[in-house]
Amino acid sequence: MARRENPEINAGSMADIAFLLLIFFLVTTTMDVDSGISKKLSEKPPKDFVPPIIKERNIFEVNINGNNELLVENEAMKLKDLKAAAIKFIDNGGGEGKVEDGVSTGPCTYCKGEKDPSSSDHPNKAVISVNTNRVTEYETYVLVQNELLKAYSELRDRLSNERYGISFKALEAAYLDDKKNEDLKKKVEDIRTSYPQIISDTEPKSN
Amino acid sequence: MSKFGKKKKGLPAVNTAALPDIVFMLLFFFMVTTTMRETELKIQTPKLPSATEVKKLEHKSLVSTIYVGKAKTEKQGKGDKIQLNDKIATAEDVPAFILNERTLVSEAEIPFMTVSIKADKKSSVGTISDIKLKLRDVNALKLSLSTQKGSEIKQ
Repeated sequence: MARRENPEINAGSMADIAFLLLIFFLVTTTMDVDSGISKKLSEKPPKDFVPPIIKERNIFEVNINGNNELLVENEAMKLKDLKAAAIKFIDNGGGEGKVEDGVSTGPCTYCKGEKDPSSSDHPNKAVISVNTNRVTEYETYVLVQNELLKAYSELRDRLSNERYGISFKALEAAYLDDKKNEDLKKKVEDIRTSYPQIISDTEPKSN
Repeated sequence: MSKFGKKKKGLPAVNTAALPDIVFMLLFFFMVTTTMRETELKIQTPKLPSATEVKKLEHKSLVSTIYVGKAKTEKQGKGDKIQLNDKIATAEDVPAFILNERTLVSEAEIPFMTVSIKADKKSSVGTISDIKLKLRDVNALKLSLSTQKGSEIKQ
């Protein structure tokens, strides 16, 4: 008789409630993965530092004005054309590479550019200089940086595919997974030094 | 027939009483391990610009974050605001902030420390540049401009 008066409480929906809470937490809290454009700032130059003289032809000048408009090599340009222009400049290969520790890198053998004498000598000499205005929007600045990086990664991918039959991204990822692999390290270094990313930011002008 | 009838009667309900317990355990696990947000933002949550050539930030303990964005209330004034830790600061305070962050990690790890700038896409390059100059003063050269992983440009 007593058993009849105390029926079991149905706890079947308890799990549903707990699931609801669980899903709420899964959705609202973030184990957010931070990602961003990585940059390396240049060291503070000593007081009596004389900047090295770089030939005009080896500088690719990108100006962004206060209205977020682009002026590339003294010509107005749309953001979508920037990557192609940068590739053309970096990959020109019109002369000798820089001399490092007395060893000349010679002309660029892997470049497929037009070898235009008025454009860059060698990827390791090609400097991209980004000038901004103080009131330039940060978004435009980031987009420009992004396009320039894209130009480099496209060139690196191309060279990596040619030499090792694998894209640079995949090569780099393989190296990150296996950091002790000397062979991979050499390959990554090789591509990196073939197309070094030389992007410099000048101090923004005030108007 | 009587045989089937008997079987039906004898079929017990599966006891699911432990299921909520399991789910609650999962729930508590998530509540404990995930963080809502480490610092309370005193400025408007920055709308990050989006880019495609992004790199993941690793070693969270070696990352110090600087927020740049608009002020939340009008009392704080206009223009870009810089937030370090839980306070609104100026670019002048950046070196002290970095030096303070450095005391938290071992000496061997200092060269691997990264500064992540989370700036609103409407903020001006001038503010970012001020921060960069100050970072250079204290030799904090590894920088990450925080962005969303975005799609191709539309322009």
